[in-house]
Formats: sequence, C-alpha cells, structure tokens
Amino acid sequence: MNHILLIDFGSTYTKITAVDIEKEIVLGTARGITTVETDIMNGLNQAIEALFLKTGKLKFSKVLGCSSAAGGLKMVAVGLVPELTAEAAKRAALGAGAKIMGVYGNELNEYEIEEIAQLQPEIILLAGGTNGGNKEVILHNARMLTTLGKDIPVIVAGNKSVAPQAVKILLEAMTEVVHTENVMPKLNELNIEPARETIRSVFLRRIVEAKGLNKANQFVDDVVMPTPAAVLKAAELLSKGTEYESGLGDLMVVDIGGATTDVYSIAKGDPTKTNVALRGLPEPFAKRTVEGDLGMRYSATALFKAAGAKRIADYANLSAEDVEAYVEKVEANIEYLPQNEVEEKVEIAMGKACTSLAVERHVGQLETIFTCFGSAFVQKGKDLSDVKTVVGTGGVIIHHEQPKEILKGAAYSESTPEMLKPECPKYLIDEEYIMASMGLLGEVYPDVAVRMMKKYIVRG
Amino acid sequence: MENNKVKVVLGVIGADCHAVGNKILNYAFTSAGFEVVNLGVLVPQEEFVNAAIETDAKAILVASLYGHGEIDCRGLRERCRESGLGDILLYVGGNLVVGKTDFAEVHSKFIEMGYDRVYEPGILPDQVVIDLKNDLGL
Repeated sequence: MNHILLIDFGSTYTKITAVDIEKEIVLGTARGITTVETDIMNGLNQAIEALFLKTGKLKFSKVLGCSSAAGGLKMVAVGLVPELTAEAAKRAALGAGAKIMGVYGNELNEYEIEEIAQLQPEIILLAGGTNGGNKEVILHNARMLTTLGKDIPVIVAGNKSVAPQAVKILLEAMTEVVHTENVMPKLNELNIEPARETIRSVFLRRIVEAKGLNKANQFVDDVVMPTPAAVLKAAELLSKGTEYESGLGDLMVVDIGGATTDVYSIAKGDPTKTNVALRGLPEPFAKRTVEGDLGMRYSATALFKAAGAKRIADYANLSAEDVEAYVEKVEANIEYLPQNEVEEKVEIAMGKACTSLAVERHVGQLETIFTCFGSAFVQKGKDLSDVKTVVGTGGVIIHHEQPKEILKGAAYSESTPEMLKPECPKYLIDEEYIMASMGLLGEVYPDVAVRMMKKYIVRG
Repeated sequence: MENNKVKVVLGVIGADCHAVGNKILNYAFTSAGFEVVNLGVLVPQEEFVNAAIETDAKAILVASLYGHGEIDCRGLRERCRESGLGDILLYVGGNLVVGKTDFAEVHSKFIEMGYDRVYEPGILPDQVVIDLKNDLGL
C-alpha cells in the first residue's frame, strides 16, 4: 500500500494527484468540477473516475486534501499602525494561505465594523501594540468587534499585556476566541509563525466544516490546509530540502490565475550590495504576496490599468490598440483563448506583465539617499537579486506553450534598477501541477516530496 | 520585567547616518533604566511617530548631527498631534545647525517648533537622563 491520493479542492476544479511513494512517481492526475454547494464528493468522485480510467483501480493508504474552494480562507486583519502591526497581521494571514478581504489600522469605527460584517470574513486576526506597548487600541477594537452581530472566530495576536482582557471582551459575543503570541513582540520584530499555526488550526476545526468539506471526511483523512499554504510549504521544502535530501536553495514561485497572481519567495533577502542600510519591517523568510488586480481573465482590465497599455504592447511588440481589443475580449468572455498569432502574443505579454508587476511588488526596493558625505542606499524589503531559481505553477503558466516567456517578467530589468528582482535566474515549470500536492505529501513524507519535486518540476 | 520600564524612542533623524553617538545614547538610557526603542540612523519623522504609537513610548529623543536639523525636525510636533500622541515629550540634540550660530537662537527656534528640550554639543547623556526623569516625574 504505497499509493497516496492528494486532493486540491480549488475554486473551480477539484484536482487530484495519485502518487506511489515507493517508486516516487506520479501515477496520474485528474480533475472534476468542485461541487461545494451540493456535495463535495460528487466532483471528487468524478475526478477519481477519470483518474482510474487512466491508471486502473487503485487503493490508497492515505488521502490528504487542501482547499481553496468557496472563495478560499477569507480573513480580515486588524492592527494599530498600518505600517507596523496591521502589516504584520496581514503577512501572518497571507502566510497561512488566507485571502485577505481587508486590513484595518487604528481604532475601528462603526462604519468599518459594518464593512467587516459585509466582507464576511471566516477568521479575524486581531493585533495591535508591541508587548508592553499600546493597550487602549486593541481593547477598543476587541469591544468594537463584539458589535459585529456575527459569530466569527477571532485570533488575538497583539500586546501580551492585555491579550487576556481582549480575549475576555471578545468571548462575550464570539464562541471561538483563540490567543497566540504577538505578531510584533518588539518594534520592527516580526513573529508571524505562531499566528500562522493558529490560523491553520482554526481553519481545520471550523472552516473545513463550514465549507462542507467535512462531507469528504469519510474518504479524505484530513483537509490539512488552505491551498496557498500547501504551495508555500512545497516551496519551502524544495528550497531548503530535508536532512537527507538537498534542496535548490533560494527560490521564487509565481502562480498566475484568472483573477490573482501569487508570488512566493523562500530567501532571507539580506542586502547583496555594499553600502546598503536595511529599513522597514523585517521580511518573513517564506513570504507570500497576492495581487488581486493582476490576472489573466477576471482581472484583465485591472491588469491593463496597472501595467499600462504601453508596457504590455512593448512586451508583445504590438500596438496599444491590439492589446486593448484583446483585453476587452477576454474580460467579456473569460473562456476565450487566443485564436491567432496576434492574440497569442498579447496573451504572453499579459502573462509577462502579471509576473513582472507581481514580482516588483513582492521584492524589495533600493532607494538612493544623498547625504553630505555622498550617496548611500536604503533597502526596503527583500533583496532577491541572487535568487537563482524561479518556478512557474498554476493553470495559466503550465498549460502555456511558452511558459518561460511569461516567467521572464520575474527577472531584473535595467529600466527599473531599483527593483531587487532575480538577476539571472533559471526557470522551472511545475508541468504536472503537483506543487500543492507535494506540500501536502511533505507533511508526511518530506524526503519523498523533495525528490519528486526535483524530478517533476523541470526546466522551462 | 521589561514591560514595567518606561519606553523611549531614540533615533537619528533625516538623511543623517552618524551611528556612534546613537549607540552611546542607547547605552546611557538603557543603563538609566529605560527601555530604549532604538530606530538607529536615517530615520524619517513618520517612523518616530509610528514607533511611539505602537510601543506606547513616553518620549521621543531625536538626534541630528549633520547640520540639517532644522529642516528635518520641523513638523514633528504637528505630526505627533495629528497622530494622537499630543504632547508626548520631544527632546532634540546634536549639531542642529551649520556654522557658529548663537545657541540661544537655536534653542528658541526649536522650542518654538514644539520641542520640550534642546541640547547643544558637549552636553553629557547624564544631564539628559536627569531631565527626562524630572519631566516624567520618575
């Protein structure tokens, strides 16, 4: 019994991957429509039937799942100073694989409470104040959250001096209130791991059930994490390796979708150039960012605005009118695929623009400061110029004929020297679309997961 | 517990990268029993304010040694008021202006800008510690 089934309940498709952990091979992959509204098993069974047609009937010793079905794990992050604890809370939620619906700083007011109620988050992360720092705002915000009129799980990860009080206040209105370590125990010290873990455990206990995923429980041993968390886990494994299996070192992962573009980096990101001072909030070693306005279909118009017609047209070597016409077409009909050479070129250019912009927002920036003693540099964020590997995953990239062209947007460009993007990376493609699965497999068999990724994620 | 200590925010403002005095002040205030939130060099006004809000600091200690103090320090009090820090103690010291200007003039200029205490070159940290303790009623 060496067969394991890994399931990704996506927003549209339920994707399954069967692996043989002894031979370390992918036996087959298949997909069905995600049927979370009725019974999630319908879509899953459909996928399993399709799989068995390819592989013959299989028995599985373990079945693990991750999910981004029904809109993913929707979260709201609340902090004090927008650039400090609110940002730290946001990063913790992103790292846990959440979809961030909103980030709030300072004292919440009635309008914001109304807004949060409408956003319908599934978990609220409440931070604010360093340990021993500001106490009033987190207590105020806890009180305000009790007026939401909704029973939403709240995780308290703020000033430890008043955390018990905040929990007590919240328990008056909420049934599930969990406290964990402060996301920012000291000023400019990021501590998001405990909050990430807590989000994940609340996800397992509460959200899996709420989303009807528990119906799959008789078949699936565990829906262990949100899909983006599984991808982050896979990226970490592929980068760091394990005790017995070496990893690839620092790397980035780009996942372009119809609505969003996710970027992951596994790297410390310390300055690589001399005479550089680091500023701002420290960055997580395993970092995830999501761009809601960069995507190939639902966000095509937003991408067009963000990148500008010129940038996309330049990439494609076409006119701005060609680009605009195509963008209108795909936005109107999200199923549309390029029909001729011009459209093919625009499609690639759009993908490259998604990659380029999303990576620019992910990486750090260098700023020149002119002092009385000459110029000095200030770095904000991660310096990823030495990253040697960029992995492409997700439907848009892996189903594309020229995935490398799309991924090239991740590379350093002389026209924007202040962006600390990888200078000369090699590009790998997750051809079999196994990264999320390998993140799941890595929970149980990390060595196998690393070896399989090294085998199946190949040069583009 | 460190939490019972009074917190003060310390940093060198603007495009100034004089790091040595900053380390000495950090040491002096820490030894005197304060918890120092040291922002180091090249610190914009905004970061002084943000740090004070998040850590609930009782004073902001600003250093400027490269002569551009007047430009860099102007507006910090207004920013504090705007951000809800109101009348938090603001100290400033160093080589605040270029050249041999009469210190009394410099002093009154910075008091007008909203600083509670202004120190000229040559003042030892001990004096500032004494003043700070007095001002905070410690």
